[in-house]
Parts: sequence; structure tokens; C-alpha cells
Amino acid sequence: MSMNNTVAVQRWTRLSIASISLVVLFQLVLAFAPLFLSANAVDRLTTLFIYGILALMWNALAGYGGLVSIGHQAFFGLGAYGAIRLADAGMSVYPALFVAAALVAALSLPISVVMLRLRESEFAVGMWVLAALAHLLVNLDPLIQGETGTSLIALNAYAPDVRRAYTYWTALFAMVGLAWWVFWLLRGRLGTAAQSIRDNEEAAASVGVRVLSAKRTLFVLSALGCAVAGALWVATTISFQPKTYFSVQWSAFMLFMVLVGGIGTFEGPIIGAVLFFAVETAFGATGVWYMIGLGGTALVFALLIPKGIWGTIESRFGIRLLPVGYFLKSDRST
Amino acid sequence: MLLSASGIHHRFGSLVVLNKVDFSVSSGEAVGIVGPNGAGKTTLLNVLAGALRPLAGEVRFRDAAITGLDAAERCRLGIGRSHQIPRPFLGMTVFENLITAAMHGGRFLAEEGHQRCIDSLQLTGMMQVANRRADTLGLLDRKRLELARALATDPALLLLDEIGGGLTDGEAAELVGIILEIRRRGITIVWIEHIVHILVQVVGRLICMDAGQVIADGDPKTVLGDKEVIDAYLGGVAA
Repeated sequence: MSMNNTVAVQRWTRLSIASISLVVLFQLVLAFAPLFLSANAVDRLTTLFIYGILALMWNALAGYGGLVSIGHQAFFGLGAYGAIRLADAGMSVYPALFVAAALVAALSLPISVVMLRLRESEFAVGMWVLAALAHLLVNLDPLIQGETGTSLIALNAYAPDVRRAYTYWTALFAMVGLAWWVFWLLRGRLGTAAQSIRDNEEAAASVGVRVLSAKRTLFVLSALGCAVAGALWVATTISFQPKTYFSVQWSAFMLFMVLVGGIGTFEGPIIGAVLFFAVETAFGATGVWYMIGLGGTALVFALLIPKGIWGTIESRFGIRLLPVGYFLKSDRST
Repeated sequence: MLLSASGIHHRFGSLVVLNKVDFSVSSGEAVGIVGPNGAGKTTLLNVLAGALRPLAGEVRFRDAAITGLDAAERCRLGIGRSHQIPRPFLGMTVFENLITAAMHGGRFLAEEGHQRCIDSLQLTGMMQVANRRADTLGLLDRKRLELARALATDPALLLLDEIGGGLTDGEAAELVGIILEIRRRGITIVWIEHIVHILVQVVGRLICMDAGQVIADGDPKTVLGDKEVIDAYLGGVAA
């Protein structure tokens, strides 16, 4: 039992420091993209960032908290609706995107009291019901004109090029900010709490993890992120039709990105988002077949590669680029 | 008295599993609990740990009522436990399992918590598997992990539920050594175990339960010689 070796806890490796540096560098390059990329490319990248946010949020909730939701389009739609409402009330458009998201996050707190009482599949379906309810309530607002919808008219104040660049930067800022925030949270107390809850809730409580409070934090965080994504979506597409925003397809997209990329890993959803974006760019125009292809791919991954792309790579090669874990390193000295 | 429970009553459906049980343990003591399957041992442990709220009765820890506190809060107060059927955090490494326990249950800050976990790993002989994901461990290591993880929460009282099952003689001797060392460090122990000869090497007091009641409580030798205990637990054949 007695060992004459010194042990140390390692959280960073050379590889992970290098990869973090590369990520930071890449993010800096992205910040200047509107200056040298075509308008279409900038628009597409903005879309990618929004997908990235959605994947990141769904993974934080399901992959780390064990809370599988098929109703987070509720927050996506409410974020967009909130932005429309605030802009209509005279708030400057870009700040309104974030204020709307913050309001949705605040609203998600009382919602969490009810939803977190539900377990597993009950929670998943309960969230879907919540999304349907949010959809109906938004339709009651005369400003929205029912399913006809409305537009974020205030954006007309900006010239198309300026608007494109602003929206791009806002989306980039939101994605990068949320990603680093989640990374920081997962490396801290919330990370171990969430993973232990995901693996065994009762055992988590038995080692002192405050289960409900950890779940609530993840729930509110994911609501905030999805609301930002929804608000950004309305800023890129300008039009707001409730049935598009509150559609369950958003949950399907999130699920696809996270499952394919690697659920419960930090890197996975980012890879999933890029992949999903590429597939959509290539096959999106084929309509129904595109949806069937997406569903089929998700099914294949769920059945045959449950760890997803990054989860498989990580466990096979033992590498972590963006480390949220703890590694015990021992140098034997006799 | 470090921990005391009085009038604990609980039933599953119409089956009374704990029938007005009184139980207490003093600081520094090591108490063994034996009894046939279905006697209510694990249920009692769950009540003490806060995993199960009894229908009636009160639990006190360090002279404060803790009946209303859940498992997480009790762990933070210093009540650690292991599970009869291991419940590791499968997606985390062994070391991360312990880190979680130290961070939350032990309320340790980073460095202090790391050292605590390394101590627990060394004490339980799990250093070699520290970086393995818990889902790759066999049953024996999973049981050790239960113990190591509970230790990482820095408990004043450790509730152990059948950690000795399925061990070879050599492994059992090693386990006894580990528990004796834990006891030497001043941690109070309540240990449910079927394998009586391991148990008596550690505990100074033995309790026998049957049908939801405590039928004997005292010096291990006396308890094991008790007629009622022999009838209930040992099936009428003296050990």
C-alpha cells in the first residue's frame, strides 16, 4: 500500500494547451471573416454559429446533466419572440437579442421547478408539451398575427452589408462566449456534479452532490443559450413565423448534432454542428430525402456508434483536446 | 452520541421492514450489523444516510435532528456511505469519482481535495486503476471504489453495506486491514456484513436484526451466542 512515488493531478496536457491556443487563434481569425469573406459565406457561418450554440446547450443538458429534452424549441422560439417584442417596444435591435434571452432564462427558472420534478422520458415529453404551449401562447399575441407571423422590421434601419456583419459578430460573440462559459463551468464544481448525476443520481446525492440545484443551473443555462440562438435566428432570417420557430425539428437537429459528434464530451457537439452544417449545405435542397438521411444517420450512430465521433476517438486514443477531466499522473521514484 | 435513530418505522406496501427501531452509535465506535436477508439492515442504513425517509421516527447527528435532511446534506455533515450493489459514476474515471466526492461531500477546495483523493486511493489500494473509467472495472474494484469514494467525502461516520461479499481469504484479510486503518483514523463505522468472521475482526459491538427489529445488541461474542440470534440468523446451528 505504501508507495514511494510522487503523484500529481494533471488537467492540462501539451496537446490540450496546443489545441486551446489553436482554438483561440481560430476564433480571432473568425472575428475578421466579414472583412474578407463573401456575403453568402458570412451568412452561412452565422448559421453555423447558431447550430453550434444549440448543440452546445443540448449537450450540456443531456450529455452532462442526463436531462434529455425534445422541447427546447420552446426557448428558441421564445427568444425570437422576445427579440421581436422588445424591438417593437423601441429597444435597439442587437441589445434586444441578449435582453430577450436573459428574460427567457429568468422565465425558465420557475419552469424548472415543475419540469425537474419529471424523470427521464417524462421530462422529455413534458418539455415537448411546454414547447407546444409556448407556441400557442405566442400565437395569441396580436403583434404576431397568428401563423402569418411578422418580421424584425427594426433591422431595416441597417444597410444589408452592415446588418450581415453585425449579426455575424453577435453570433460569433454569443457562441464563443457560451462555449468558454460552459467549458469553465464544466471544469469546476458543476462539471463533476453534472457528470455524477448523469451517471447515477442516487449515488451523486450520497457523495454530497446537490442534485436539484445542479440540474437547475444546467436547465437555465440551456434555456439562455437556446433563447440566444432563437433571437439570432430571427436576426438572420428577419421573418418570424411561430410554427417554424416552435417546431420539434430544432430538437431533432440538436439531437443529431450531439449524438453524431459525441454526447457528453465537450468537443463532440462542435464537431457535430460542423458536420450537420456541411450535410445541410450539401443536401438541404433535396427536401424530404435530406430529413430521411438525417434521421437514418442519427439512428445508425445511436445503434452502432453510441459514443459518437469524438467519444470514439477520445476513448480509443485517450486524448482530450479541451480537458474538463482530471488525470492522475505518477512519476515513480524509488 | 454521534448518531442516534429512535422509533424508526417503515413499510413497503403492507410489509413492515422497520418496526420502531432504535439505534445509536458513539464517536469512535465500530458497530457491525448482521441478520438474515430481508431483516431490514439496508433499509435502516438508507434511513440513516438520508436515501430513504421513514414513515415515522427521528434521526439525530451530533445532537441535531437531521430527519428532514436529504442524503446530500447529510453527506456534507459527515455521513459517508457505500452501496451494497456498487453505484459507480460509470462515465468518469476512478479518480474523478473520488474528486466528485471530495469536492461536494467533503467540500474541499482544489489542492486539498486532490490530496484527500490520493490518500483514499492509496489506502484502498486503487492507485493502479486511478485513471481507468469506472465502467471498465470488475465487481471487486467497483466495491473498493464504493469505499474509496465514501472516504473521499471526509466522513466522521462511515456506513458500509456488504463490501466483503465474494472476496477470497487474502482479499478479505486486506479489507480488514483497510477498515482497521480507517477506524484508527478516528472514523466511526457502521458495517452491515454477512461474513461474520471478517466483521468480528473489526467491530467492538454487534447488532442482530430480524424481521425489522433489533433482536440483540452488544459484545460480538455474546450476540453470536444468543439463542434468538442463532435461531434467526444461523438457522439453529451454532457457529
